[in-house]
Amino acid sequence: MAEYVGQPVLRYDGIGHVTARTRYVDDIQLPGMLYIKVLTSPVHKGIIRHLDTSAAERMPGVAGVITAKDVPGKNAYGLIPDQPVFTPEHIRYKGERIAAVAAVDEDTAMEALEKIKLDIEEQEPVFDPFKAMEPGAPLVRPEGNVWEFNSGKTRKIRFGDVEKGFAEADVIVEGTYTTATNDHAPMEPQVSVAYIDETDRLAIYTVSQDLYFHLGMLTAIFNLPMNKIRYIGGTVGGGFGSKNDIHCDHVAGLMALKIRKPVKYRHTRREETAYTTKRGPWTFYFKDGVKKDGRIIARYVKTVHDTGGYAGMGPYVVDKNSILVAGPYAIPNVWVDGICVFTNKPPCSSMRGFGIINGTAADQLQTARVAEAIGKDPWEVHFINAWREGDLGATQFKVEAAGLIEAMKRAAELAGIELPAHLKAMSSRGR
Amino acid sequence: MKKRGIGIAVGTHPAGLKGGGDPSQAQIRLKPDGTFDLLNGAVDIGQGCKTILRQLAADELDVPLENITHQNIDTDTGPMCTGTFASRVTFMDGNAVLAAAADLKKKIRDWAAEYFECSPADVEVANNKVFVKGVPEKSLSMAEVGAMVNWGGKFLVGTGAYTPGPGQQFDPETGKMTAIASLAFGCCVAEVEVDTETGVVDVLKLVQVFEVGKAMNRLLCKGQNNGGAMMGIGFGLTENVCPYYPTMDFAVQDLTDYVITTAADMPPVMVEDIVEVPHPNGPRGAKGYSEMTASLAGPAILNAIHNAIGVWITDYPATPERILKALEAAHA
Repeated sequence: MAEYVGQPVLRYDGIGHVTARTRYVDDIQLPGMLYIKVLTSPVHKGIIRHLDTSAAERMPGVAGVITAKDVPGKNAYGLIPDQPVFTPEHIRYKGERIAAVAAVDEDTAMEALEKIKLDIEEQEPVFDPFKAMEPGAPLVRPEGNVWEFNSGKTRKIRFGDVEKGFAEADVIVEGTYTTATNDHAPMEPQVSVAYIDETDRLAIYTVSQDLYFHLGMLTAIFNLPMNKIRYIGGTVGGGFGSKNDIHCDHVAGLMALKIRKPVKYRHTRREETAYTTKRGPWTFYFKDGVKKDGRIIARYVKTVHDTGGYAGMGPYVVDKNSILVAGPYAIPNVWVDGICVFTNKPPCSSMRGFGIINGTAADQLQTARVAEAIGKDPWEVHFINAWREGDLGATQFKVEAAGLIEAMKRAAELAGIELPAHLKAMSSRGR
Repeated sequence: MKKRGIGIAVGTHPAGLKGGGDPSQAQIRLKPDGTFDLLNGAVDIGQGCKTILRQLAADELDVPLENITHQNIDTDTGPMCTGTFASRVTFMDGNAVLAAAADLKKKIRDWAAEYFECSPADVEVANNKVFVKGVPEKSLSMAEVGAMVNWGGKFLVGTGAYTPGPGQQFDPETGKMTAIASLAFGCCVAEVEVDTETGVVDVLKLVQVFEVGKAMNRLLCKGQNNGGAMMGIGFGLTENVCPYYPTMDFAVQDLTDYVITTAADMPPVMVEDIVEVPHPNGPRGAKGYSEMTASLAGPAILNAIHNAIGVWITDYPATPERILKALEAAHA
C-alpha cells in the first residue's frame, strides 16, 4: 500500500521555485508586446466632469487608450459585482481607475497618462466609518453608506438569551478592540499578460488564485462566453487573498480586445500598496457575562467593518466573522451585530483569515480580560469554555471533530507550562 | 527597563466558503506507459496543493508518487475549482481527487475483468499492478495496462467532484447558518520582552500547535505554521496601512513604511507542532486550517505584553508609540 499521505514529501515545484526555473507571469515576453499604465483618481471623492484622451492617443509610441466606454459587457466586477473596471463618473477612492494607456514601454505609457485631460469636481470624502453611519454624512454610495444584509443593516446572530445570561452572571466584562488595515505584500505584485491567440480567442496569463471564479467575472466584463477566453494560470508568487480579486486581468484583457496586440500590465510595489484591495480595519465591542468559576454564559459582540469604496468581499467577510467571532467556546447565549460600512478608501476584501483573524484578535484579548476579571488563569477559562464534540456554535452549527483541548495541552507541554491536573484530565470528547 | 511576559491565544478556523456551496473537481487519466496525469483547477499559491493532491492520488491508486503529474494550466483543460481561498483546497479538492482516483480504479477493474475474463470484484488494483485475487499468473503491471488500454482504443479517465453541500443563506432573524465543512483548532504561546523606555517588543519565543484533522504533509504544515507566524507577528506588532486611521494621512506607500516581518525579525525560539482529530468528511481525515496559522501570534503577543507591563494594548498593531502612550496613561 502506498502511504504518501502524512509523509514529509518535498514540494512538487519547490526546486523549480528556488532555482528560478519556475516561469511566473511577469517572465512572459511576447513579440511586439506593449505595456499598460493606468490613470487613477488623484482625489478621494468626486465626479468626472470631463475626460479627454485624444492627446494621449496621438502620442508617438502609444498603441491605444481605453476608458469606461471601451467595456463591451458589464462595467462591474467583484464577489458583489459593484466595482467598475474604469469609473465612468463617480470617484469613491483615491486610486480608482479612470483610463489605461498601452505603449511601447512603461515610461512612454506614463508620459501619455500626463496628456490625458481630466476635470474632476472634488467632493467631501468620509473616512471614519462611525461618521459615515451618521445622518447627513457624505454619501459614498447613492443607496447609503451601510451595507444591507438579508437581516437589514446588521448581520444578526441571535443564540439563546443574552439578557438572561447577563442577569445570571457574577461579573460583566466589557472591552473595545480595533484591528488595522493590512496589506498582503506578496512577493509577486499583480501582473497580467493578454493577447489574441491563433484561434482568435482572448488569452490571458493570470496570477488569479481562483481561475473559474474570475473567469465568470471576466466573461461578464468582456461579454464573451467562457470558451472564448483562454485563462492561463496556476502558478502564483504569493497571494494571501490579494489575488482573490481581479486587479489587472480585466484591464489587460480589455486593452488586448481593443488593440489586438499583446499587452502586459504589472503593478510596481507602490501601485500594489496603494491600489490593491486590503484586509479591512475593524472595531469590536464585547460585553461578556461570566460566572466566578470561569464559565462565559453570555457574549454580546458588535462589530464595525470599514470596507472602503466598494463592497468587494466586505459583506462576506462580515458574515464569516459573525459566525465565529464569539470564539471556540460553548457559550449558551450569544448576540452578534455585524455592520459593514462604506468609506472613501480603497476597497477592502479578502486577506488570509477572511475576518476570522480579526475576530480572533479581539476575542482573545477579551477572553484574557475575562480571566483577569475573575482572578483565574487564562488556561482555566479556555479549557472550561472550549467546545466539546457536538456543542453548538452561535449560528447553530454542530462542532465535529473538536480538538481545541488537545491543541492546548500540546502547546502548554511544548512551552514548558505544567497545567493543573484537572485541566490535563479534560478532553474534547466530553465535558 | 526590559520586562518579560507570557501570553496565550486560541482559535478555530473553518474550511471553505461561508455558507458552503463551493465545489471542486478533479480528473485523472491513465497514460500509455502506466503513468497518470492529475488535472485539477486549484491554484498553488505556495501552500503546496500540487504536492498533496498527488500524494492523495498516489495513495488511492496505490502507485508511485513520481508516476503522477499535476496540471492546472488553464481553464481549457483544468476542471472547475471554486478557488484557492478560505483554507478549502485540501478539504474540497482533496476529496475530489480521492473520488477521481476511486473512479479510475473502478474503470481499470472493469477493463481488467474483461481482459482476465473474471468478475470486476475479483480484480485488485494495488502496488502499481492489476491482478486477479489469488491467481498470481493473472497479473499485469500498470505499464502493461496503460499500453493495452490506450493502444487498444480505450481511454480510461477517472473523474470526481466534491461539494460540502448546497449553499446556505443566513436566517435573517436568528442568523442560523450550519454550513461549516470542518473546524480546525489552534493554540499559541508567546514570550516577549518589552522595553519600557522605547516601547519596542521583542518576541523571544513562539509556540504554535494546530489541530488539523490529519496532516497531509508535515513539511508543508511546518512551512504554513512558520510562515503564518511571520504574518501573525506583523499583525500584532507592525503592519498598518493607515497609521492615522481613520484618515488616509501618511498611508503607507511601499515596503519601506509598511513593515512586514522578515526572517531577521523571527523569534530566536520557534516551536511548532500539530495534533490530529480526524474529521469524518475530510480526505483521510484532514481539515482545512492554513489561514489560522496567521491568526494566533498577534493576540498571544498582545496578551504577553499585558503580562509583561500590566497594561492592555487593545488596538492592533502594538506599536512602540501605542505601548509608550498606554504606559504613560497608566502612570498618569
